[in-house]
Amino acid sequence: MGNATGTTSLRAFLEREAFFGYVLILPAMVLLTGLVAYPFLTAINLSLSDTFIGSKGNFIGLGNFVNLMKSDIFRQTFQNSILFTVSAVAVKTVLGISLALLLNKKVRFKKFFRGAVLLPWVIPTVLSTLAWWWMFDSLYSVVNWTLVHLGICKEGPSWLSNPYLAMFVVVLVNIWRGLPFYAICILAGLVSIPEDLYEAAKTDGAGAWARFRHITLPMIRPVLAVVILFSTIFTLSDFNIVFVLTRGGPMNMTHLFGTLTYSVGITGGKIGEGAAISLFLFPFLLTVVYMQLRMTKREEF
Amino acid sequence: MVHIQSIRKRVSIVFSSYLPMVPFLMFALFPFYYMVITALKKDQELYNLKAAPFWISEGLTGSHYSYLITETPYLTWFTNTVIVAVLTTLISVIIGIMAAHSLARLKFRGVDTFAVAIFITYLVPPTLLFLPLSQVVNKLGLSDSIWSLVVTYPTFLVPFSTWLLLGYFKTIPKEIEECAMIDGCSRFQTLIRIVLPAAVPGIICALLFAFTISWNEFLYSLSFISPTENKTLTVGVVAELIRGDVYYWGSLMAGAVLGSLPIVIIYVFFMDYFVSGLTAGAIK
Repeated sequence: MGNATGTTSLRAFLEREAFFGYVLILPAMVLLTGLVAYPFLTAINLSLSDTFIGSKGNFIGLGNFVNLMKSDIFRQTFQNSILFTVSAVAVKTVLGISLALLLNKKVRFKKFFRGAVLLPWVIPTVLSTLAWWWMFDSLYSVVNWTLVHLGICKEGPSWLSNPYLAMFVVVLVNIWRGLPFYAICILAGLVSIPEDLYEAAKTDGAGAWARFRHITLPMIRPVLAVVILFSTIFTLSDFNIVFVLTRGGPMNMTHLFGTLTYSVGITGGKIGEGAAISLFLFPFLLTVVYMQLRMTKREEF
Repeated sequence: MVHIQSIRKRVSIVFSSYLPMVPFLMFALFPFYYMVITALKKDQELYNLKAAPFWISEGLTGSHYSYLITETPYLTWFTNTVIVAVLTTLISVIIGIMAAHSLARLKFRGVDTFAVAIFITYLVPPTLLFLPLSQVVNKLGLSDSIWSLVVTYPTFLVPFSTWLLLGYFKTIPKEIEECAMIDGCSRFQTLIRIVLPAAVPGIICALLFAFTISWNEFLYSLSFISPTENKTLTVGVVAELIRGDVYYWGSLMAGAVLGSLPIVIIYVFFMDYFVSGLTAGAIK
């Protein structure tokens, strides 16, 4: 008898909502504590030390951060990261809205268009970036071949060894890779706008631009905000495109936080300093998370 | 008259809807087209500055592909990637299903905090953590083996699949779960027999995305593994196929084509899932 009630109460305990809730969330939390939160604390710890690969470092306080602020390469990287992110996000927003508007039209082959446009986002980025590298090759560039044969210039520039052109190319490839995310998300926002809003505006005599400005734009604003926030953090933390195309060169003019972290921390073995560089991403991440959470809160009320 | 009007209307649709698509399509697709034709071109044409680069005029060759298969460890990298992608996808989606069900349905103290924690880790970029993670992987004794990736890929796959599945789980009517429990199903049985079948589209979506992200990963694999034979495909192609001389483009592009092929095949069959998954990540 006692045994039977024992099992029922055990079963009842296992069936309690809270217990089951904790059991289910446990694996995810163990993983995220051990392999996200703990490494993050390790990063802070390392950034305050002069750890070199294979040796135990000493605590040097904010030494790494002070040195970084004085370092030309780091200041250049900071500047590159802002330029890269702002220009890529701006162009992706404008082109993303245009492309979404086109994809929203009632046309044939809609599915094909959508599929083709999304492709750059799905294919492994480093592999497609290799194709871009080949397209901007110093000797056999197809872009230069076209420019020369169209008579635009006598001899094409060497794209990736000119600092400014190299920055242009990495931004271009980032736009190419990120545009589908914008277009498809904004399209989802456009689809949900009720058709009769446009009908009503048309009967009131609103032109195409007025309809876009006063109906479309306000209606897609929430989606647009989320897309821009997400994309800002993903663009700022880009690594693959720059690593394949320029490795941060020429003259460090395309280094981003990610690639500089790699070249200092992994290639150069200065793990402490590398960790300090990577932590510069954190305030940006925090801002995005804060804004995102504030927006979802506002929607709920 | 009606006829002329309808022609005029058609022409205007071509100009306003189809024509503007052309530059976008060319921008999106040209790199892939160029990749494919480069991999099939003979070296003599590839490195002839006078030849038009846009098409193949001197015949096809399979030599770049056969070089890749026979002279490089390409197939080893391919196998490594398949193992890592399949394992991490399964592990992450299972953990994600559990976490998402917990967050979507069950009431317990701290549930909101857990949800925020998962959302934050969803946004943490790999670039922020790869350096300390390489230390952790080292301490665990997993450096230089593909197990370092099996352990670390779930750190971004689990938050992603949890977030994706959370949206799907919330759309399942609560009543059918309650009915099952009144009929004597335990909570676990309800999850397996009622919730999972109802969430199949969401689960397929999570599986596809996790597999694609895992297949495409580059930074962790580059940082944690140095022996050639343990590398994954993306790293192997970028780090090892670029030879000392200049004439490696054919095999490099062949490597890019073969490495993209599994994802393209999956994509062609399940495109709608990719579209819904992509938007679910940003829009709830």
